Amino acid sequence: MSGLVGMLTARRGRLARDWTDWASLAYLLLGVLVMFLPVLWLFASSLKSDQALNAFPPTFLPWEPAQVAVPGQPGHLPLMQVTAGPLAGRRLAELRHIGLMAQMLDPARPGRVLPIPVRDLRPVLRLHASWSNFTDLVRRFNFFGYFWNSVLITTLATLITLLINSMAAFALSKYRFAGRDAVFALMLATLMVPPTIVLVPNFLIAARLDLVNSIWGVIWPGVATPTGVFLLRQYMLTIPDDLIEAARMDNASEWRIYWRIVLPLSAPALAVLAIFSVMWRWNDFLWPMVVLNRSSVFTLPLALFSFQGDLQTQWHYLLAMTVLTLLPVTVIFLFLQRSITQGIASAGVK
Amino acid sequence: MLRLLDVGKTYGTVSVMRDVSFDVAAGEFIVFVGPSGCGKSTLLRMICGLETVTAGRIEIDGKLANDIPAASRGLALVFQSYALYPHMTVRQNMAFGLENLRTPKPEIERRVAEAARMLRLENLLARRPTQLSGGQRQRVAIGRAIVREPRIFLFDEPLSNLDAELRVEMRAELAQLHRRLATTMIYVTHDQVEAMTMADRIVVLRAGAVEQVGAPLELYNRPANRFVAGFIGSPRMNFLDGHVTASEAGWTTVEIAGVGPIRARGTLRTGTQASLGIRPEHVATVPAGAEGTVNLVRGQVASIEQLGSASFVRLADPALNLQIPGQTDVRFGDEIVVSLPPEHVHLFDDQGAAQPRP
Repeated sequence: MSGLVGMLTARRGRLARDWTDWASLAYLLLGVLVMFLPVLWLFASSLKSDQALNAFPPTFLPWEPAQVAVPGQPGHLPLMQVTAGPLAGRRLAELRHIGLMAQMLDPARPGRVLPIPVRDLRPVLRLHASWSNFTDLVRRFNFFGYFWNSVLITTLATLITLLINSMAAFALSKYRFAGRDAVFALMLATLMVPPTIVLVPNFLIAARLDLVNSIWGVIWPGVATPTGVFLLRQYMLTIPDDLIEAARMDNASEWRIYWRIVLPLSAPALAVLAIFSVMWRWNDFLWPMVVLNRSSVFTLPLALFSFQGDLQTQWHYLLAMTVLTLLPVTVIFLFLQRSITQGIASAGVK
Repeated sequence: MLRLLDVGKTYGTVSVMRDVSFDVAAGEFIVFVGPSGCGKSTLLRMICGLETVTAGRIEIDGKLANDIPAASRGLALVFQSYALYPHMTVRQNMAFGLENLRTPKPEIERRVAEAARMLRLENLLARRPTQLSGGQRQRVAIGRAIVREPRIFLFDEPLSNLDAELRVEMRAELAQLHRRLATTMIYVTHDQVEAMTMADRIVVLRAGAVEQVGAPLELYNRPANRFVAGFIGSPRMNFLDGHVTASEAGWTTVEIAGVGPIRARGTLRTGTQASLGIRPEHVATVPAGAEGTVNLVRGQVASIEQLGSASFVRLADPALNLQIPGQTDVRFGDEIVVSLPPEHVHLFDDQGAAQPRP
């Protein structure tokens, strides 16, 4: 925090602020706005009611027309401010309007109907956070079900990814065998194949293996990643061979060498891969959409997509769910940011 | 205990080790010494099973060990880099090997405690290797070997990462450890002083072949060839090249260009190339006027180093180093006469092989 303050109050030279200080601050501010405004807008909008979202001109905060209960009337009536005429300044409830005249009621004395021209009325706005956007997700939609599917897929897939990739990386970095470099090159070469190209073949295989509409159908095809193998292999190359030979002299089996020596020493690289994998899996959309078509197994991104209909989109739910979907990865990133940068730096890859 | 028979190693078509044969007796301290790249570490790794043997036999306790995996040979290796597991404490480092053997917990505790006591590591058991000094890491590496109670200890240049003072200290500790454990030890070094001070027997290697095997003083007094003669001993032996002018009755005269005839024990064919070697401490100064002594050499003093207890004088033309006990009043630029006592002159033939002295 003090570092942040120090950075923001840093000055060029030791005297008064130079114009370059203002210029750089302005530049930084611009960056903050570009990066953060959409996110802030999303957060603010997720609290708007459906009505407020469709209001024009759009507002940043969730303003919406105030309503008032009037004795003797069913439901709530919109509250209006009178801007001209003898009643200027009063706040009245609108019963109905016919043509250019509105019939107004005074909430304090609801007995008399007051006719007032529509052009003299302005709706009263108030700040109102529609928490119902969020609560409805849980009440009316199976939010926790989608959340659980996402968590399950992300966790299982990440664990399996770490295991399989680190085993491959161990073999590729610490064993000498014929064709090792060819295998590694082949693995890296698959990075050049766009995932959309293998979408259909992958689906056919998944269908044949009866994995459609199962979370395993989402998990298995993506567990072996060339990126992960590459990242871990590069890191494992830095582990001295002496350690592995020492373990071998210490009667350790190859599995034990991997489990007790190589894995713990690769922790920084494993952390990086874990974070990457969590983010990939959490945000993954295309493959789950292909494999999962029953809503009971939907992940969060799929559920989000299902709010976007052909004819109408329930923006308020969509935005609220987007916020909830973003939160976990944001929190993970906030807390693990340091170890991500450290891990990437020490893994020697960019 | 350990026997090597015509052991060789080739990588593809490149031969890095050939015809290595020697025996190691139980309890012996053997040192492999040689210049860097001579294959001494490779030989050690072949003995412990980390490198394959492509020719010959390695026998441990009379059994062929060529194809026994490293872990099952009952040997322990101390690496040059120590190779301590950085994520484990000192205690875990020492216990790891025993855990892999499924040794009972109390037994592991006992052996670790004993090794720690022997190596004065009791207070460091909970630390990680990065929190230790070089000497302490070295001791942990040795401790890791000790707890396994191996048949043979193998050391791969264990002291090369320590500073000079610590090296002398650890050398003494290792020698003491060997006396206490009375286990066979094989030690690799490129430092002939380490070899001379610690070894029961030294194996001198050059370019993948054994040059000579013997006790330190045996190598010093009777080097088998010019390489061993030059490698063992500090300061280095002096060499003078010339050709044989006469050889009879066990004496050979070699004519050295610019010096004159020098007599040495041994027999060579007249007319062949030969070289003579003499250690600096055997070159004697001759007081002026003491003529009649054989093998006189006249030279100009090119440098003097006075250490107090000994003085090193370097002559130019012929290049000759002298070690004079005590202090000397010889000065830079003086022309002095020295003698090469025939009983101390080593005679080598044109192939560098030492000629037997009767």
